[in-house]
Amino acid sequence: MVAYWQEFFRRNGAAVALFLIISVGFWLFMMIILPQLFMFDFSIRANVPPPKFGTEEHFYTTEHYRYMLFGSAKSTESFNIIDLTVFVRTIGAAIFVTLIDVALCYPIAFYLAHVAMGGWSRLMVLALIVPFWVNEILRAFAFKIIFGSAGVFNNVLMAIGILDQPYDFIRNDIALWAGLSYAFILLMVFPIYNAVESLDKNQIEAARDLGSPWWRIHWRIVIPHAKPGITSGCTMVFMLTAGALAAPQILGGPSSLWFTQIIYQGFNQAGNWARGSAYAIILLISCIILVLLLMKAFKVKFGEMMK
Amino acid sequence: MIGERIQKILIIGFVLFFFLYLFGPLIVMGLSAFNSSTFPRVAPWECFSVEWFDVLMSDTRLMEGLRNSVFIGLGVVLVAVPVGLAGALMLMQAKPRIRPWYYTITIAPILVPGVVLGISTLLFWDRIGLILGLGEGSIFYDGIFLTIIGQSTFISAYAMLIFIARLQRFDVEQEEAALDLGASHVQVFTKILLPFLKPAIGSAAVLAFLASFENYNTTIFTIVSSSTLTTVLASKVRYGIDPSISALAVSIVALTLIGAVIYEISQRREAKKLKSQAAVARGKATHAIKQRSFFVEPAFIMVLAITIAGFGIIYFAGTIGVDECKVVVKEAKQAEIKRKVERRQAQDMFRQTAEQLGKQPEVKEEVDQPKVTAPGSEGYQGIFAPQNLQEQVGEGQQESEPAESSGNTGLFSPENLQIQVDSSSENN
Repeated sequence: MVAYWQEFFRRNGAAVALFLIISVGFWLFMMIILPQLFMFDFSIRANVPPPKFGTEEHFYTTEHYRYMLFGSAKSTESFNIIDLTVFVRTIGAAIFVTLIDVALCYPIAFYLAHVAMGGWSRLMVLALIVPFWVNEILRAFAFKIIFGSAGVFNNVLMAIGILDQPYDFIRNDIALWAGLSYAFILLMVFPIYNAVESLDKNQIEAARDLGSPWWRIHWRIVIPHAKPGITSGCTMVFMLTAGALAAPQILGGPSSLWFTQIIYQGFNQAGNWARGSAYAIILLISCIILVLLLMKAFKVKFGEMMK
Repeated sequence: MIGERIQKILIIGFVLFFFLYLFGPLIVMGLSAFNSSTFPRVAPWECFSVEWFDVLMSDTRLMEGLRNSVFIGLGVVLVAVPVGLAGALMLMQAKPRIRPWYYTITIAPILVPGVVLGISTLLFWDRIGLILGLGEGSIFYDGIFLTIIGQSTFISAYAMLIFIARLQRFDVEQEEAALDLGASHVQVFTKILLPFLKPAIGSAAVLAFLASFENYNTTIFTIVSSSTLTTVLASKVRYGIDPSISALAVSIVALTLIGAVIYEISQRREAKKLKSQAAVARGKATHAIKQRSFFVEPAFIMVLAITIAGFGIIYFAGTIGVDECKVVVKEAKQAEIKRKVERRQAQDMFRQTAEQLGKQPEVKEEVDQPKVTAPGSEGYQGIFAPQNLQEQVGEGQQESEPAESSGNTGLFSPENLQIQVDSSSENN
């Protein structure tokens, strides 16, 4: 170990070595690891005001986690239906949005990588990036304009005569799903595009010459090759959707909550930071478990996924 | 083959649908910024106007948020780019056994939900401040400091990925050659490594600024009592929306598009320069082309001219004739309301008549205290008030006695009842 650091200093020179160690050390410990540990510590302690931190009253307890399950710190008779429903619905909706994005992005990625002509393809790839420059909140706002009761959709559908009353897209969560699928769609397109593009065109040609129908070419050749890209896109979209706050706040109906909104309320309205931290930990851990399951199911390793 | 043609049409239809989904919302939002309607929408279109841009500029909360956002963005660039660079260089030198762990931990902040990063940053520095015994006024409780730190946690990882991609093409022998020739380590770092990484530093800085500028999830927790553009925007969008937000979106998209075009021009210049240098190196040209300064490049001047002219035309078109157009739209609206009110009154009258047929005595009691609005209160009535309507119906009626016009369409006036009684007796 000592030899390693001696070698490190010799190779980089003292000044550069110090710069590397201080920067990376600060990042790893002061920004990533310790804050997470502190948050965990905070979540398993009683909720007391800051002056009482570290005193007897700031004891260790699992009450915040029990509250998530049972709705009360002591009794275990009834479940906390409200929070649990929101949690399950958030995870379910995030999975649903991820599936929509895969279905939308895989054909586009394949088209851009193997079907479209050179100049066009480059232009379209560039065009994909433009919406990503627009603020997340403004993107949600755009969907609110479109799906509002006097919005474009209702106007068009009523003009055609399909509807005679404005349909409430916001209350029925359609605006939310459309907005969330939109919000992180580029994080699905690019990993799949990169993976599909590296596929040798000759493989597709060979399969076609041997008489394989188009769906089998995709199933047996393109999708297996693009698997790391698909997994990486799914991971990012799922994590970001489950952790989204802006889109549900703006596009969510009055009766539908997102789990992050409950965390936010815990911090800003209820003033219960300890419970908010416990809920944040629950969100983090369940997301990690789901992503690990996904990677296991697709037999992809973390290292090859994040390329 | 027919099957192939259908397949082709389906594919093109799908691609069109995808790009419509991508750009449709932005286009609708962009157009709504120029509609004079107080609710952001494109249909019904009222008047082409740029008034919402003026509203936007005079919104002090938004402008303060914008200033904070720019400040935080610059702070994040100063923290995240060096940290990301150090992180990438460290990865290159890490022991093979440690490398996957190191990589997983440093990349994790990209995947961790933003709210979790925000909360952990807030709690951590709160505790640090407490342990050090610093009061509420110290830097650890300052929203801008916390936000820079919180955002840099994951933006450094973005920067690191960019540097890793560039470093994979770095030739280590260059470094060794320089060291053999007597360069110091610091010289190798500043004279060889940094110039090689220059394009990556540029991309990382731009990306870091943009990522910081548009971040919401982390910021909302770490900003404490200050505000950024995104937090102000979010609270505005949640509690009532107006087209000045669309105007902001249009401005942001326009600025980024101009930025992209300028970036493209400078990239082409760079490519040209490299080409001419390569020609010199091969001995095909005696000296490299001397390039003009970027600001006199014809392409740049053209972009600048088009931009200024475009803005000028839109602004000019959006300020003339708006008031006249608004008057026309207002009149059309009032006519529409008038039609609706008349229809409703006809219906009411019909219903009331039907009711009164059944309950005559009750109505008679009411007749003794007819509801009469004070003549002077006319000006304060809403647009749906019948008096208002009568004003619009005909000028002749305006000059009639005030008491008559305020008679609530005369539903309860004696004559009216008389007619009804007559009609009911007729029915009997």
